[in-house]
Amino acid sequence: MEKLFKLFAQLSASFVFVILVATVIVLYITAKPAIEEFGAHFIIEPRWGVEVTQNKPTDRTPAGATANSGTTKSAVSDHTSTTDNSTADTNSSDNTIDDSMDTPMDDSMDNEFGSDENIPMDDDTDTGQANLPDTAGKNTKILYGGAIPIIGTLFSTLIAMLFAIPVSMGIAVFLSEIANQHVARPIGVAIELLAAIPSIIYGMWALFYFGPFLASIFGGHSVSLLIAGLVLGIMVIPFMAALSRDAINTTPDVLKESAYAMGATKFEVIKDIIFPYARAGIIGSIIVSLGRAMGETMAVAFVIGGVFKFAHKLTDPTTSIPVVLANNFAESSGISMNALFYLSLILFVVSFITIFSAKYFFLRRH
Amino acid sequence: MKNKMEINHFSFTYKGAKAPSLNNITLPVQTHKVTSIIGPSGCGKSTLLRSMNRIHDLYPGNTYEGEILLLDKDGNQQNILDIKKENEFIHLRQKVGMVFQKPTPFPMSIFDNIAYGLKLTGLKNKHKLYDYVEKSLRDVALWEEVKNRLYDDARGLSGGQQQRLCIARVIALKPEVILFDEPTSALDPLSTLAIEEMIFELKQNYTITIVTHNMQQASRISDYTAFMYLGDLIEFDHTETIFIRPKEKQTEDYITGKFG
Repeated sequence: MEKLFKLFAQLSASFVFVILVATVIVLYITAKPAIEEFGAHFIIEPRWGVEVTQNKPTDRTPAGATANSGTTKSAVSDHTSTTDNSTADTNSSDNTIDDSMDTPMDDSMDNEFGSDENIPMDDDTDTGQANLPDTAGKNTKILYGGAIPIIGTLFSTLIAMLFAIPVSMGIAVFLSEIANQHVARPIGVAIELLAAIPSIIYGMWALFYFGPFLASIFGGHSVSLLIAGLVLGIMVIPFMAALSRDAINTTPDVLKESAYAMGATKFEVIKDIIFPYARAGIIGSIIVSLGRAMGETMAVAFVIGGVFKFAHKLTDPTTSIPVVLANNFAESSGISMNALFYLSLILFVVSFITIFSAKYFFLRRH
Repeated sequence: MKNKMEINHFSFTYKGAKAPSLNNITLPVQTHKVTSIIGPSGCGKSTLLRSMNRIHDLYPGNTYEGEILLLDKDGNQQNILDIKKENEFIHLRQKVGMVFQKPTPFPMSIFDNIAYGLKLTGLKNKHKLYDYVEKSLRDVALWEEVKNRLYDDARGLSGGQQQRLCIARVIALKPEVILFDEPTSALDPLSTLAIEEMIFELKQNYTITIVTHNMQQASRISDYTAFMYLGDLIEFDHTETIFIRPKEKQTEDYITGKFG
């Protein structure tokens, strides 16, 4: 029994590791064509699904726009034949469409993602072999770049954290130190109920009420980076508050009493004793919430706008990595699918780096 | 010379409890003497001690009767049970320091642990702080052990060192009375001896009240001893009298080990 238990514990621990490695490998393999195609430039390239002509200009226009995932129909006027990526920013402002090129080309990328032939696919077929001699005499390829969703993800998470951390700490301190039992218990239950609400409900609520309400205060659209960030913040507050409250509750009474016995006020005890003592738990709650906010899809998809544009103001719509993935997955195949996997690999790496640097900076022993 | 503290007809009832935990306690605490309170577990000795700096008031709903008088420097007696404002509580707790059963180092460096109380009183001067910290650590014979790692986390010290640190922290504030709540029950015999010797030194400058389970400890270090049983003060006298010729049968039974 003893041995069996030990074996089980070891197996479950290695299971986590296997899953992690397997995920990374699958992400990498599927993203590989896109990585080879676009390289590290993907990260700073703001255009997504824009056809560019290589070497020689051409007057060919895209055959037509196909309906795509939630955003507006495309009318690509931005068919500038440029190979120079330095003009990316100017172009990007026009690309409100994710991907809509539908050039009649033979399908050379016959991979497993190639789906129904009847549906007009959004990806060009020769993109994977742009270097090969072009049979049709045209040398075009579709560019995919992740700069806008990456920036959108980082900023919406940043806004969420800026909003959620102070509010959650206030709630946690109130529940554990200030409120008496009769008040703290119902509020604690309410917080846990809030944590159980599925994110899509937050998204719907924000789209119909919270977004228009904020837009009437701050101006701008009723879908925007700011609203996405705030909704994310609202979503993670219950988690952060509940976990931080539990961490704060682990402070021994006698430790607080010895601080009071030295003449400390309640505020001083909270600031100097409770927060340093519960630091690891509080940082842990922030990290968990951070990971959740970064990968959140549905709530953000409702309110961020889903357009490939940099948000120049907080109230501008933009997009984030999970939203791009969710919106475009159904219509993708070939290189665009690879690009989506590339994007998800980037999300994975960014979350990984954020969480580890947070741990390193805040949890190392002084 | 007036007594430093006088507890007169003091009764204490915990929140929600039907019967009082302390009944009509009358106990003088003499200036610059060590008064020990002994008795079996649950007799209310810690409750009494914790009433003397009103640390009970962190948890609302407890009720008091009677009076606890504290002599201030001008010779006036103040009833500490009348205190209601937070800044008066702070003032009281800086005058009546407390050391707990388990060592409670704050989650900060050794230096900051001791400087913390001083900073709360508004002292900011770095050099003065350092001088006070050094002096307090020397008073508890900890300076030589920690002078090279003053800025390390205090939780890295051993149990006995931590408890001496907690005492240094209290005496840095220059209190008038120090309350010890079983300060050595979590420590080994050597650390216990060190702390007992320290208490013996401290009584020249401070009035000390100590709650202890250990009757030998009470007989070694205290000048006066009070025996409590089930919320009542059974007997209070000079320590020798209590241990050699107790007047009450219950006291004699307890100190000779017949119960408790």
